[in-house]
Amino acid sequence: MAQIIGGYFTSHVPGIGAAIARDQQQEAYWRPFFDGLIPVRQWLSVQQPDVAVVFYNDHGLNFFLDKLPTFAVGAAASYANADEGWGLPVQPAFRGFPELSWHIIESLVEAEFDITLCQQMNVDHAVVVPFQLAYPQAKAWPLRIVPIAINTVQHPLPSAKRCLALGRAVGKALRSWQGSERILVMGTGGLSHQLEGERAGYINNAYDLFCLDNIKDNPGALTHHSTVDLVELAGTQGVEILNWIAARGALGDGPLRQQSRNYHIPISNTAAATLVLEPLGN
Amino acid sequence: MISTSHSADKRVIPGTPIFDGEQAIKGYALNAMCYSFNDEVNRNAYRADPLAYCRKFNLSAEQTAAVLAMDVLALLRAGGNIYYLAKLTGIHHLNVQDIGAQQTGMSVADFKAMLMMYQDL
Repeated sequence: MAQIIGGYFTSHVPGIGAAIARDQQQEAYWRPFFDGLIPVRQWLSVQQPDVAVVFYNDHGLNFFLDKLPTFAVGAAASYANADEGWGLPVQPAFRGFPELSWHIIESLVEAEFDITLCQQMNVDHAVVVPFQLAYPQAKAWPLRIVPIAINTVQHPLPSAKRCLALGRAVGKALRSWQGSERILVMGTGGLSHQLEGERAGYINNAYDLFCLDNIKDNPGALTHHSTVDLVELAGTQGVEILNWIAARGALGDGPLRQQSRNYHIPISNTAAATLVLEPLGN
Repeated sequence: MISTSHSADKRVIPGTPIFDGEQAIKGYALNAMCYSFNDEVNRNAYRADPLAYCRKFNLSAEQTAAVLAMDVLALLRAGGNIYYLAKLTGIHHLNVQDIGAQQTGMSVADFKAMLMMYQDL
C-alpha cells in the first residue's frame, strides 16, 4: 500500500532560484532562509519519497489568461521547466506518474470536483524552486511528480474552504492507491507578500504566524476568510497560502507532528516560510 | 464601460489592485504581449522596437504610453497583471524590488530597508 510520508511546505520566490544560481546561500541575507532547509533535507534523505504531489500556482508559464483552470491536475509522462522571461536558469524536467495522476483524476471527478486535466504541462519556479531547495546536489530529480495547479492569478479565486476540500479529496485518492510508493505532499508559495500597487512590499507576520500555528491541528481556521480577505491579510500574492491549505488537506485528518519549521523576513518582497508535517503514525 | 454582476459591491483595499474580470478584459492585449516574452526571440523583437511591438499586439494608447514610460502603476491601471508585467519589467532589468520602489515612490534602498524592518515587529 502507498504511504503518505508527510507534507513539505515552502515559499517559492524566484529570487531563491537566482540566489542558488549565484551560490549566495551562505550570505547573511539568505542564510536564515536556506538554513531552514537543512532539517528538510535530512528528513527527506531518511524518508526517500518516490513521488511528490505538488500543489502550486502557475505564474504565466504554462497557462495564459485565455484558458485558465481553477484546478488543473497534471497527467503527463514528463514536465519540462522553461524560460519564464527573466533569466532563471532552466532546470531539468521532472518525470511524471501518469497512472497515479489518472487515479487522482478519476477519484476527484467521482467526488464531484470539476477539474482540468493536462497531458502536456510545463512547470515554473513554483514547482522547481522547492525541489532545488530540497535536493540541491541533484543532477536529475530523484522522484516523480504529480503537479496540481490552483488558480491564484485571476480573480475570482477558489475559496480556502474549497482548496482544503480539494486537498482532502486528493488525500483520499492517495490512500486508496494500490502501489507501494512513498508519497510526499507539497504546498508551495507564500507567505505574506504583495508585488503590486502602492501597498507593494506589504507583509503581515501576525497573519503568517496564525497560519503556521494553525495549519497542523486546525486547518479549518484558515478557511474562514474569503479570498478577498486573504488579499487584504496576506497581500495579493500571499493568497498562495491556498496551495498550503490544499496540501494540508491531502495529509488527512489524523494527528500530525511538526518535523521542522522556519519563518524569515524578508526574502525579496516575501515573508518566507518552510514547514514539514509528518503523520504521527509514521 | 463593461461591468460584471459583482462590480457594484466591489471591495476596495487601498493600494491593492485585484486582478478580476474587469481588469482581465481591459488588460488582455497587454498581458498577451507580456506572455509572449517567455520567448527570447520575442524579447529581442521588443528590445529592437518597443513601439512596433506594442502595435503588433494592438495595445491601446493608454497601454502603449504606460509601456513606453515603464510606469508600473499605469500598467496596472491599464489592466496589466503583475505576473505578466514582471516579464516586461525584467526586460528593462527591473526586478520586483525595483518595481516595489517605483510604485511606492521610495528609493530601492529605502524599499529594501522597509522590508527588513518587518523582522523587528
